[in-house]
Amino acid sequence: MIKIAQLSCGTEYSGVQSEIEKAATTVGAKMVFPDVEASEIDKAVEEFGFTPTSAQLKLMIARAMAITDGRYDADAVFISSCFRCAEAALIRNELRRYVQEHSRLPVVTYSFTERTKSGQLLTRMEALVTIVERKELLARERQVGLTAGIDSGSSTTKAMIMRDNVIIGKFWHPTGEVVGSAEEALDKALAEAGVKRSELEAIGVTGYGRYTIGKKLNCQLIQEELTTNSKGAVWLADRQKGEATIIDIGGMDNKAITVRDGIPDNFTMGGICAGASGRFLELTAKRLKVDITELGALADRGDARKVPMNSYCSIFGIQDLVTSLAAGQTIEDVAAAACQSVADQVYEQQLQEIDVRQPVIQVGGTSLISGLVKAVGNVVGSKPIVPPNSQYIGSVGAALLSSGFLEGHR
Amino acid sequence: MKVFIMPPNSLILYDLVERYGHTPLSLMGAISKRVMNPEIESPPINVTPNDVKKGLKYAGIEVPSGIRGRLAIWGPLVDEAEASIIMEDAPFEFGCVGCHRTDEMVRFLVKKRKIPLLEVRYPTSEDEAKVLVSKIKAFLEGLK
Repeated sequence: MIKIAQLSCGTEYSGVQSEIEKAATTVGAKMVFPDVEASEIDKAVEEFGFTPTSAQLKLMIARAMAITDGRYDADAVFISSCFRCAEAALIRNELRRYVQEHSRLPVVTYSFTERTKSGQLLTRMEALVTIVERKELLARERQVGLTAGIDSGSSTTKAMIMRDNVIIGKFWHPTGEVVGSAEEALDKALAEAGVKRSELEAIGVTGYGRYTIGKKLNCQLIQEELTTNSKGAVWLADRQKGEATIIDIGGMDNKAITVRDGIPDNFTMGGICAGASGRFLELTAKRLKVDITELGALADRGDARKVPMNSYCSIFGIQDLVTSLAAGQTIEDVAAAACQSVADQVYEQQLQEIDVRQPVIQVGGTSLISGLVKAVGNVVGSKPIVPPNSQYIGSVGAALLSSGFLEGHR
Repeated sequence: MKVFIMPPNSLILYDLVERYGHTPLSLMGAISKRVMNPEIESPPINVTPNDVKKGLKYAGIEVPSGIRGRLAIWGPLVDEAEASIIMEDAPFEFGCVGCHRTDEMVRFLVKKRKIPLLEVRYPTSEDEAKVLVSKIKAFLEGLK
């Protein structure tokens, strides 16, 4: 059983400890608490260099050191504290850095409220377990045989057919009924590839509808999108070796993932605010009466600084844009401000929880909006790489990883 | 050498660092640059919302804005520092940043830099004060 070391403060008193454990159990893991002697705590805090006032935070530091020193055996680390506790937020981030600098264990951080449910933690826990359990599979750099990948996203469903490391068919369309959308995308991609479904040697599926589709289509690989998308991104960008940061701004949630040799070692997932997602850009395009595909080019010609945005919210933010339009700003400036707003929010909310490593690879459907790529470049300080077929990362990753199941049969 | 002082607005530490031939990195210096800036955006000390955003380099969004705003000023000073003197338990009249969380974080940032560091306690008697000044003098003279 995979052991996830929990370094946390306040989970028991927030009533969320059972939810954390439920999420871990669901993915076949177990939360463990590194044992430390009371006498070790002050020494650990002294060595760490940050002396928090809260004793529970001191214990978190000592527990982290027990793991990095090898005194306690764990496979992954989950660092968590109460939302809005300033001292804990400072410690959480620095402990995450410390564990990453002193070990090769995958780490995820999370700030919770009393409303946190196991479902919100599931993808993160599943990713931690996948990284530990499927290291060999994730190390796969070439796709072999004839395989398909399906990515059932919140906004769109994508399918990709690959043969011996080459893309031979692909299709995407808006997600409707989950299984029906997946089957239609798969059939259209198969038609483009000129192969029959029966000829496929393996199918991999990722995204929100992965379990339902996986069961229905009898998929060999059913995997969360954090690890699958990372794999697809580094394959498409031809950056399988070395370090990189993947930024995936999706229709409903965002992912920021740092990878080493294509395997994630830290990630954050947004998803509580539509203002930081592709949905905000869809609403902006609708308000500007342009197609979403035209928004990027419009934004490229605009100047975001001319449009004051007082809110990142998808309601009040759009209101700011409308007010600016009424005040005579051009639609180019408003489009640029919308893109900058999404990029700023991703930067402020998510990129603080990881250490951005160059190069930055921007993927997902929104990476086709050039104005957003430019805005992300502004906040990360370098132009992101947008690989070809960047909207297909999930399906590429699923097709590539599912081919790992063929090895024994070939 | 550039010596970061903590509390960063301590006039006594500032004076000692300067007296022994080094450049104090202090709040006074950082703030004066802002106040002298003719483009006043956010008086009295000209910390703008954009500065608060720059503080994200040192602390995440969940950390209150006052801490991030302070870190936006002191963080770069710590980054620039070649040595540091930290005074513990000082009364606020001696120098104070007004925020315990920022205090904790700045101390951590200094220690993380692994630069020459002198940690001293505020003296409670005249004899302790003499010992303190000698310690600071020896530390500053030893810096190359």
